[in-house]
Amino acid sequence: MENISFEDVFEGKLAKNEMIEPKDWMPENYRKHLIRQISQHAHSEIIGMLPEGNWITRAPSLRAKVVLLAKVQDEGGHGLYLYTAAETLGVSRDELLNNLHTGKAKYSSIFNYPTLTWADIGAVGWLVDGAAIMNQVMLQRSSYGPYSRAMVRICKEESFHQRQGYEIMTHLAFGTKDQKEMAQDALNRWWYPTMMMFGPPDSESPNSENAMKWRIKRETNDQLRQRFVDQTVKQVEYLGLIVPDENLKWNEAKNGYDFTEPNWVEFKNIISGNGPCNKERLAARNKAHDDGKWVREAAQAFAKKRSEIYAAA
Amino acid sequence: MTTQEALFQYILRIGDTNLILGQRLSEWTGHGPFLEEDLALTNITLDITGAAKSFLEYAAKVEDKGRSEDDLAFLRNDRQFFNAQITELPNGDYARTIARQVLVDCFDYYFYQELSKSNDETLAGIAQKSLKEVTYHLRHTSAWLERFGDGTEESHNKVQLALNELWQYTNELFEMNEVDELLIKEGIAVDLNLVKTKWEKHISELVEKSTLTIPQNVFMQTGSRKGIHTEHLAFILAEMQALPRIYPDAKW
Repeated sequence: MENISFEDVFEGKLAKNEMIEPKDWMPENYRKHLIRQISQHAHSEIIGMLPEGNWITRAPSLRAKVVLLAKVQDEGGHGLYLYTAAETLGVSRDELLNNLHTGKAKYSSIFNYPTLTWADIGAVGWLVDGAAIMNQVMLQRSSYGPYSRAMVRICKEESFHQRQGYEIMTHLAFGTKDQKEMAQDALNRWWYPTMMMFGPPDSESPNSENAMKWRIKRETNDQLRQRFVDQTVKQVEYLGLIVPDENLKWNEAKNGYDFTEPNWVEFKNIISGNGPCNKERLAARNKAHDDGKWVREAAQAFAKKRSEIYAAA
Repeated sequence: MTTQEALFQYILRIGDTNLILGQRLSEWTGHGPFLEEDLALTNITLDITGAAKSFLEYAAKVEDKGRSEDDLAFLRNDRQFFNAQITELPNGDYARTIARQVLVDCFDYYFYQELSKSNDETLAGIAQKSLKEVTYHLRHTSAWLERFGDGTEESHNKVQLALNELWQYTNELFEMNEVDELLIKEGIAVDLNLVKTKWEKHISELVEKSTLTIPQNVFMQTGSRKGIHTEHLAFILAEMQALPRIYPDAKW
């Protein structure tokens, strides 16, 4: 009988577009890559609750308040599925959270920008969730089963979020002069940071090669960014707003827009902790976790007492 | 006072209590003690804010002066708000938030049971929906009261302190005035004395089960039925109402 190695089985599954499941053998680097990617994604959802949560108490209508609350809650729910998906790879949530709280783990840099006006809540839903969906639609076909399945559910909710964001922008863009200015200002500030969400250019993306090889990712950063620009320009035009890029121009030959790259120096700085809100975001997470310590301890102490009473009975 | 005026006042009281409580609770979203609890409390917040929206929509309809639920929420001044004072107090730590929530959930549980039988079909309908939700809220917050009471020494002390400080605001929930008198006769409003008896029994059993004690001889605060509040409400409104007041012509 022919000797088939674990690697062969793994590679065979990838080749046949089959899912890798938690109990399957997988190369250590594949496992590490996934833990890093899934936990970063989970952290992004949790940190993302902060800039949007910032406007819950100031939402300008009761409907907007309820919708925003539900949206921020959904993001927390996404964080929960993703932490659970990461746990199937043999890492604990405590460990992952500890990496977040100590600044060791990364999360999406976009959430280190401030939400300054109500229009930013529209822009975050429309642009940031729009960009996230583009990434995540691809990840629904990712090779790791639990991640792929979490993405299917997350994508459904994210597309609601994007519509919610666009709805806010529509009210503003077709509203009073002040509202329209607020919408344009938000677009000006969120356009380039959103483009950064797809990651550095392919020529400088350190993790892309393996991710493509392992079918964790299926399209490159630059391909996704191009698609995002092509899709979003039409939406900007519908709103009667202006893309803050003088070099934006349709290119018939490539059947897509030419556009100005985001400022990658700014991107690197924000990733390394120098963004406008990096410290605040991390401080808010740490405060919530530290303030919650006695709550978690009380729950554990109570559960222990009850199980002792139960055992004695 | 006509029945219509009384009914408007009555619905505002219920709507405002939900609105301000939801507003306070929403401050926790994204900052809860752990992820699952953050999601659970946000669920409660959503239900309560949703109930506020339903009640205020109905209040606007009863008033019949062309105001919307948003006009009522965002364009009234603090002296025109009738929420119970307990809802506007700062959240404090999680023990205080839970203690307040248990006290109010338990009130709502018995209040909505009675209001479900109101002759006013709209009020009865909202109450029936809210009762289903509040039944879950009360289960959730009661479980936490018990965990805190019989958890660690620290949690026990924190939640006992919370009960001690909140207790002075509980009697307001049961106060009745000419509005109640008129509407009880019509079979619309709830006799709050009835709710109070059930609430006292329920809370005293729950507090005892949680190894806590009910504060005795507490002087009770009052005022909200007349639109008199603590210092906190005006700050809440300044934040909540800012956008609609800065941009009065805008639609959102």
